Amino acid sequence: MGDKQLTGAEALVEIMIEEGVEFVFGLPGGNAIPIYDALVGRKIQLVLTRHEQGAVHMADGYARATGKVGVALVTSGPGATNTVTGLFTALMDSVPLVVICGQSPTFVLGLDAFQEADVSGITYPCVKHSYLVKDVEDIPRVMREAFYLANSGRPGPVLIDMPKDISGKVLLDASPGEFHLPGYAVPREGEASAIAAAVKALKAARRPILLVGHGAAISGASREVRELVEKMRMPAVSTLLGKGVLPESHELSLGMLGMHGTAYANKAMVACDLVMSVGSRWDDRIVGSYSDFCRGAVKIHVDIDPAEMDKVVKVDVGIVGDARAVLAQLNPLLERGDTEDWVKQVARWRREYPLSYRKEGKVRAQHVIQELRALAGDKAVFTTDVGQHQMWAAQFVGSEESRNWISSGGAGTMGFGFPAAIGAQLGRPGELVIAIVGDGGFQMTLSELATMRNLDLPVKIVVINNHYLGMVRQWQNMFYDERYSGVDLEGNPDFARLAEAYGVKGYRITRPADVRRVLKAALEHDGPCLVDAEVEKHDNVFPMIPAGAPLKDMLLEPPRRKLEKPTGGT
Amino acid sequence: MEDTNSGAARHSLSLYVANKPGVLIRVALVFSRRGFNIDSLVVSETQDPRFSRMNIVARGGRDTLEQILKQLNKLVDVIHARDYSYEDVIQKELALVKIDCPPARRPEAFQVMEAFKAKTIDLAESTLAVEVTGSSEKLDAFETLLRPFGIRDMVRSGKLLMARGAETT
Repeated sequence: MGDKQLTGAEALVEIMIEEGVEFVFGLPGGNAIPIYDALVGRKIQLVLTRHEQGAVHMADGYARATGKVGVALVTSGPGATNTVTGLFTALMDSVPLVVICGQSPTFVLGLDAFQEADVSGITYPCVKHSYLVKDVEDIPRVMREAFYLANSGRPGPVLIDMPKDISGKVLLDASPGEFHLPGYAVPREGEASAIAAAVKALKAARRPILLVGHGAAISGASREVRELVEKMRMPAVSTLLGKGVLPESHELSLGMLGMHGTAYANKAMVACDLVMSVGSRWDDRIVGSYSDFCRGAVKIHVDIDPAEMDKVVKVDVGIVGDARAVLAQLNPLLERGDTEDWVKQVARWRREYPLSYRKEGKVRAQHVIQELRALAGDKAVFTTDVGQHQMWAAQFVGSEESRNWISSGGAGTMGFGFPAAIGAQLGRPGELVIAIVGDGGFQMTLSELATMRNLDLPVKIVVINNHYLGMVRQWQNMFYDERYSGVDLEGNPDFARLAEAYGVKGYRITRPADVRRVLKAALEHDGPCLVDAEVEKHDNVFPMIPAGAPLKDMLLEPPRRKLEKPTGGT
Repeated sequence: MEDTNSGAARHSLSLYVANKPGVLIRVALVFSRRGFNIDSLVVSETQDPRFSRMNIVARGGRDTLEQILKQLNKLVDVIHARDYSYEDVIQKELALVKIDCPPARRPEAFQVMEAFKAKTIDLAESTLAVEVTGSSEKLDAFETLLRPFGIRDMVRSGKLLMARGAETT
């Protein structure tokens, strides 16, 4: 860091530059001023957001789109508490973030000073690790550790609480910040005995399925996954966040499984005799009923996090290791499986139970999304929010590359999609970035339209507008006797005109005949724009497996009989 | 599948952790998130000032405890966490018990104390405070025998664990 005497804040910025940080997302306040001051004139671009939640989601979108650590910088008290949803979102989906919060000076900590909150205490359950820095000399080490922890092993958010007097102090020892973490190990290769057991089981399988999760995407295992399925002739399904690791156009890809997955993916899960998960955590959205899940099938679990082993699904073979490294160990030991009948069966299901939707009447959300995907091409980056539009996007936006599909999975955070698209566009300049959002979630973070406009980012926003909190409406429609409670978004603004008020070009789709023409114009527009797609209000997402039910209970279309309330959560 | 999670056995865990603020909360949150009650918890210094020792006794199914152990080991500040419930280890606990004991009942109390190698630490007109060490089960038995006197006050250190032989805990 050179010989010049640095303040804590300057050292912090210096290390960010050395760690390759390009953007810092945030919004300042009194206790963060020393750090904001240290950013002046440095080669990190400060992205001023309109809300701290937006800042963390932008850092998150940037991280998912690039694989690099996303950085947010906020102030103490409410600035820091506004990051909690973003931290939780990143923790659930294993996204590498470093979130730095200004804090009240150390001499008033715990004394209810203005904008003083126990940020460590509030965020413990939402971070991979966190620091409250009480000595300026610790800053280099803490920063190095934070970046290392955030993006190694199973990635996650790391929070640094930085009191104002500490960031303002002069650092005496500007050494590079060496660290030693004896309680932290990063698994790489799997144990030989577990690898051998997996090989034996895979060779014996006649109806094997590969389940590809986010861990496979994070470790960059696309090539290895493809090699495995092609070599073994083994069909693959993916979780919401595993989309694109194996290109969805691949003949052995069955798309997403689970609650709103494809019928053929779920049928294959029910019939398989072996399932190998690579980097998924058997989430309840894909498993349905734990006790019925892939009954009788051999289960193999590859995960970098030992705490995922036997957590919810008991497995026959557990391999702790990095997805890519483990697959690189397995692939040379495997050969073509006796699976041709199985592959044919799966192909039959794909023909018999394709994804479909009703095309008559008003504009259909699926139609808009399908057309959007076709016009945008294979290379576009899609982000989504959470709800019906997200599931339709998961179904109809075939992904060819995992970093091109960005969605809030585990946390299901409404308001994520649009700011995440801003972060993704900054990380991938020159590429087409599209945010598919619902009218509900978009309104949670739409103030970032100003941020997008300021940066002149050409993000395309498509609002799937059904004037409802549609997924909750769907549940109330199907399981709660159509007693609609708190789902009608009466009072929505005119989104196209709202966008125009921010200086963002607004478009509107109201008839099926508009869909292609308007989307084409929007994608060709040079600059940011928003498309308000007024869609059929009462469509439900199918297929659907009621929460907690076995996969075989999948509904392909609206049921005629009344359904029991689901046993699983949300 | 065999149910390996039935019953609520007591588990004795030993953790070797970084001696830093916040570690105790991180550890406690792993238990509280699952609605687990901790029966006893001892945090103390070790031979190395950079690290602390935690001894925790908690009740729960074996599978659940195993999962909790994995989540404890996942914490960056936890060097290692182990369940010693099914191993032969050195186990000690200390208890201080104050009972109602008028002079007439003292011989009876001393008899019980002798059987448990307990020591008198405070003798007053109508009360008696005693100190006893041993396994947690021994202390439970001692408490049961003192109950008829009327226990005014009791404090227990919580279980302390150490591996036998040359092995470190």
